[in-house]
Amino acid sequence: MTLPLTGETANWLAIPFGFLFGFLLHRGGVADYNVIVNQFRLRDFTVLKIMLTAIIVGGLGVLVLHGNGYAEYHVKPANLLGVALGASLFGIGMVLYGYCPGTGVAAIATGSLHALVGFAGMLVGAVLYALSYSWIEAHIQNVATLGKVRLPDLSGIPDWGWFAILIILAGIVFWFLERKSQTTA
Amino acid sequence: MSDNTNSPSATNPSGRWNPYLVGTALGVLSWLAFAIVNTPLGISTPISSVASFCVIPLMGEEAVATNAYWAKFPFKWNYQTLFLLATFLGSLVSVLASRSFRVETVPAVWCERFGRSSSVRFVAAFFGGAMIMFGARMAGGCTSGHGISGSLQLALSSWVFFLTLFGFGLITAFVLFRGPKCNT
Repeated sequence: MTLPLTGETANWLAIPFGFLFGFLLHRGGVADYNVIVNQFRLRDFTVLKIMLTAIIVGGLGVLVLHGNGYAEYHVKPANLLGVALGASLFGIGMVLYGYCPGTGVAAIATGSLHALVGFAGMLVGAVLYALSYSWIEAHIQNVATLGKVRLPDLSGIPDWGWFAILIILAGIVFWFLERKSQTTA
Repeated sequence: MSDNTNSPSATNPSGRWNPYLVGTALGVLSWLAFAIVNTPLGISTPISSVASFCVIPLMGEEAVATNAYWAKFPFKWNYQTLFLLATFLGSLVSVLASRSFRVETVPAVWCERFGRSSSVRFVAAFFGGAMIMFGARMAGGCTSGHGISGSLQLALSSWVFFLTLFGFGLITAFVLFRGPKCNT
């Protein structure tokens, strides 16, 4: 068997992988509106704990896999104006909705009717984007374009240096959060 | 739609796992996704494909098929759409296994600030949902595709996305929730 798998075999694996993804989102507590909104109110740090841990563990593994020829990078292009504008809208919308796309889908399964209404909103947002795509491509996505660059390419700091920085930062943040939760508990 | 607020969700319902454990498992899931199917985790692309399918009755098959954006991600039962469906099923099994299914129209934190009207909550959720999907498509990914999969590859675009989204989220939450509490 040669990896990666392609075609229909790969498609079938979407089922266990997606299943685990949804299962983990719910078990992690992030299919809950209150948990997500309270992250942005700095009252609950579940979202940050999960994301930073996933980035560090996932990133170190993918770095090793890539270094040994077992994984390809899929870096999204840095069209910085489009990314920044999109992320701004996303940040505002995420607090209004109380979910992101993945956690919204997971939340519908918990019985959240407002997650379902927001899913309808997501479909409308996708349609509006498709209808404005040509204009956005011509006027926004071609501004401040740096291509598919990675932080090590830009900075001279190697991959392991970035992960060392991330581990130290996350370690300090996690240590502080856990100490605080112990003293208030 | 009238007063239909449900009991506030418990802060630590049974069945919730340690967030560091969940983050680690999502990281390991990323290894598998990269190594076995060469497809990073991501969920906003299939939602866009589903939207293209749903809008056919309104726009007509021709207009959807020739749309410059959807031509790149036409709706079909491929890896991405199966992943989206399986995400829902995975969450559903976790919900049923932990007996935590509960119909919620107005969540506790929202209710505390904006009251128990489900219509007000639904309008906010609808516009919020539209904004995140428009934003995700413009940025090229969402919290999974950019936030986890892109950031773990140390992609510049993804770190710009992650930090900008967090900054705007913090400002939005500050503005939205700093007012007086609603007497419910």
